[in-house]
Amino acid sequence: MEVPILKQGQVLIATFQAALSDADLKHLRIGLVEQVVKFRSRGVIVDVTAMDVMDSFASRTLREIAQMIRLRGAETVIVGIQPEVAFAMVQLGLKLEGVATALDLEEGLEYLHEKFKETN
Amino acid sequence: MRSEAPSELLRELVAHLRQNRTQLREEWVSRISETRLLTAMTKEEIFAEATSVYDSYVEALETETFEALQAYARNLSERIIPRGVETHEVVGIVLLLRDVLARSLFAKYQTDFKKLNRILDAYEPAANRIANTVAVGFVQERERVIRQQQEAIRELSTPVLQVRERLLILPIIGVIDPQRARQLTEQLLRGIRTNRAKVVVIDITGVAAMDATVANHLVQTVEASRLLGATVIVTGLSPEIAQTLVTIGVDLGKMNTVGDLQGGIEQAERLLGYKVGPLAEAQ
Repeated sequence: MEVPILKQGQVLIATFQAALSDADLKHLRIGLVEQVVKFRSRGVIVDVTAMDVMDSFASRTLREIAQMIRLRGAETVIVGIQPEVAFAMVQLGLKLEGVATALDLEEGLEYLHEKFKETN
Repeated sequence: MRSEAPSELLRELVAHLRQNRTQLREEWVSRISETRLLTAMTKEEIFAEATSVYDSYVEALETETFEALQAYARNLSERIIPRGVETHEVVGIVLLLRDVLARSLFAKYQTDFKKLNRILDAYEPAANRIANTVAVGFVQERERVIRQQQEAIRELSTPVLQVRERLLILPIIGVIDPQRARQLTEQLLRGIRTNRAKVVVIDITGVAAMDATVANHLVQTVEASRLLGATVIVTGLSPEIAQTLVTIGVDLGKMNTVGDLQGGIEQAERLLGYKVGPLAEAQ
């Protein structure tokens, strides 16, 4: 399943669909970094609003995506984690450590623009 | 002498109970006040309920079905529980009715001992089942009310309050058990999303102690809130709770804590970019 990636200025927005397989996640990991390189993006938003479960593989992949993108000098924000999903995640010990999070797309963009100002 | 079938006996005794309804009911009501039961109700109320109970009782005996009686018992309980009527009173009056009716059967069949025995063989199991049905109905209704009240208390005691744009306060008071902790977390996370909160101040000044399980829950609440993009500031930790957190190995460096609620709100405002001061300064 293709994950749509939209470009909005210096930010890429990847919108997760409901059921992503492990293979989809692996593709996305490479794909996103390639896009960051191609467009010289400074920020990436991964929107997981549609995800109703987050398992340890997805969680680890998101952390790896953030780390890989940081190596390209760009910042990642995960947005749209649902309350029930957040609750389940912390109970499993999946804290997404070291990865920025925001409530939704709007908040995520605001976070990134603040970050861009800092590094300008 | 021919022997009647049990159903025939039952019909005979139901007929007797119906015929003597007025007198037996009055006897029952006077025994109720003699034994000082149902003191929470007036005489008129007792009489009205007694009539319904008597008729339901006889009907249950007659039809040998107890669903109607059970429904009536729950309905009655719903009305009298708020009046403060206790379980022993309800069981007491049903047993009194059972006795009053039994005595009248003794009186009627006293010259025919064998028949009396057969009548009682028909009466007793039914009467026992009735007593049971009413008592169980009452207790079930009581338990339902208690559960409802507990739920209401839980809801009331964990308000999530918005004090400024993007700032929520969750004052926790009293005892937190794992169930309440879970409910708290769910309410908070929903509140963060609804109010688009960026900062949450959880004040536990009113919490005397928490065990490791609940302390863990608090930590999880902080982590889950972060996943929704909100920063949590915990205020009002007592020395005992601070000890518990250290003991369970919470990385206090990661947990944002401030001494009291006021300090917590001030820090929250700073995080949100507010500066609050007296009007004179603002001139």
